[in-house]
Amino acid sequence: MCKFSSKSITFLATLLLAGCGGQSAVNQDTADDGDVVVTEEPVTVVTGDTTGGTTTSGLDGDSGSDGQSLGGDEESLAQVIYFDYDSSLLSADGRAMAQAHAEYLAGAADLRIILEGHADERGTREYNLALAEDRAKSVANVIQAWGIDSSRIQTVSYGEERPVALGHDESAWSLNRRVEILYQ
Amino acid sequence: MQGALAAVLLGACASASAVLTIEVNKGVEAPIPIAIVPFAAEGIAAVAAAESPLADVIEADLARSGKFAPVARDDFLSMPHEPDAVRYKNWRLLKAEALVIGQVANLGDDHFEVQFRLLDVFREKQLAGQKFVVPAKRLRRSAHQISDIIHETLTGKPGAFDTRIAFVADEIVAGETPKRRYLLQVADADGHDPKTILESREIIVSPAWAPDGDWIAYVSYEHAPLITIYIQNLWSGERKRIADHPGINSAPAWSPDGKRLALTLSKDGNTEIYIYHLATERLRRLTRNTAIDTEPAWSPDGGTIAFTSDRPGTPQIYRIAADGGAAQRVTFEGRYNAGASYSNDGKSIALITNQGNGFRVGLYSARDRTVSELTQTKQDESPTFAPNGEMIMYATQSGGRNVIATVSPDGRTQQILGLANGSVREPAWAPFKHNL
Repeated sequence: MCKFSSKSITFLATLLLAGCGGQSAVNQDTADDGDVVVTEEPVTVVTGDTTGGTTTSGLDGDSGSDGQSLGGDEESLAQVIYFDYDSSLLSADGRAMAQAHAEYLAGAADLRIILEGHADERGTREYNLALAEDRAKSVANVIQAWGIDSSRIQTVSYGEERPVALGHDESAWSLNRRVEILYQ
Repeated sequence: MQGALAAVLLGACASASAVLTIEVNKGVEAPIPIAIVPFAAEGIAAVAAAESPLADVIEADLARSGKFAPVARDDFLSMPHEPDAVRYKNWRLLKAEALVIGQVANLGDDHFEVQFRLLDVFREKQLAGQKFVVPAKRLRRSAHQISDIIHETLTGKPGAFDTRIAFVADEIVAGETPKRRYLLQVADADGHDPKTILESREIIVSPAWAPDGDWIAYVSYEHAPLITIYIQNLWSGERKRIADHPGINSAPAWSPDGKRLALTLSKDGNTEIYIYHLATERLRRLTRNTAIDTEPAWSPDGGTIAFTSDRPGTPQIYRIAADGGAAQRVTFEGRYNAGASYSNDGKSIALITNQGNGFRVGLYSARDRTVSELTQTKQDESPTFAPNGEMIMYATQSGGRNVIATVSPDGRTQQILGLANGSVREPAWAPFKHNL
């Protein structure tokens, strides 16, 4: 119990055989020069509205969306389509919602949409990013299949990075597995 | 008496900058009992300049590794700082197998001399000893260097205490309209002294170190809805845009030779893995499959890339030769295996596994071809191996917070490193060599 492991002893023997350090000498071979490195500090890069001391309004991390509702008829359409765990397959309801948006877009030629894909927090972030993109594409595919040109549809994946429900249970997760449909 | 005084002085500033809380969860089977005597300090200015007493830092390092069991200081019968003052019998009574003593002296001009000795209590011999002259801001780091020497001397394997980690933090900035702010930070491997290298109002994800430790790749939403992969130099702040194609640009992973990045892109319609050559800026597609392929991780020899694919219906780890070819499935156990990180010897892969108990850090052994769970938590993410392969760092949740934790590859030693405020995630352990 009060001994080094055999590995330690072997290593110790090696050190002693190598004449590494006298019984009370501090080994100075690697001191001073070898261990003093003149160092720099890491630099902080700031993105967005504080560069160059000027204020721009380019980025706003809390808008939560890059499009906005126009107050038109599309507001009567459900703006969020939900998904099952680890799935990008549309439910029958989800498909019907996507079709309703396609019909609306067909009648409003000046409108474009952004489909934001999201995932719940479970699992790895990068897999969730891919999963959330697949969800957005599932919705996009239905809308395109109903004759809307792909140039009017943009998808963006936020993975698990922008939850709407902050809990750590199925009631929160089910709200976070979603595609948000935003009009421009 | 002199020793006791020094101990008091060293102890007095222990909480001066307690940025991180450290919570040890669990012990280990047969750690080496080691006594670390608080270092003597010459000049109170020397002590005041130290952010943490060096012996405390060394003790925390060694305890965190799971390989050592520090002897309680309250039991010490004396506080020697020189070998002549060591009465080995007293330390044998405390069942200490190794003893660490040392001194710090203020040399003036903002520099300190640190010396330490590692002594074998049974053979009454010095095992290692070294003297460092360091500027004040590197005083704490000298403690990590001492921990590395102790680790290597007593276990035969290099320590990775004097290394760094990168991670992502976010916080709410108070104001008329509170804003979320994302920070990419670099800190010591014990979480101390975080420094921000990128600050953004938009999401930052997937930090990845270059093998030289000077550059970090990451994914930024600063041009949302475009997702952009950047590489950034830590010291100059220089940034280069690597990928901003339509769709996903994610999961950068630096090749061991530093010349290439594996990336996950969906520009060709589906998430696939590509190899980007930094010198030529050319992209080569590596995977072709209708399933999700992402989270590339290079084997240490650079020959193989492990990645996550849901081609069998659930996410599993696959591998493919880095220069192309057919992918082979690696993991079969459980319904979820993702987020691979190779050990330095290439024989193990840390990953996130769900075998019905939640999302936990797991370890795939190439020898056994099995995945074992290492943790008991449910929302683990982003495992990253220490460069010596002796520890795995990962993100998890504790008390409603996002925290960073460590676990030994045998699962026995676990610890949480958590920022006092805000939430932290996506740790990436830096390679051995760095200039900080």
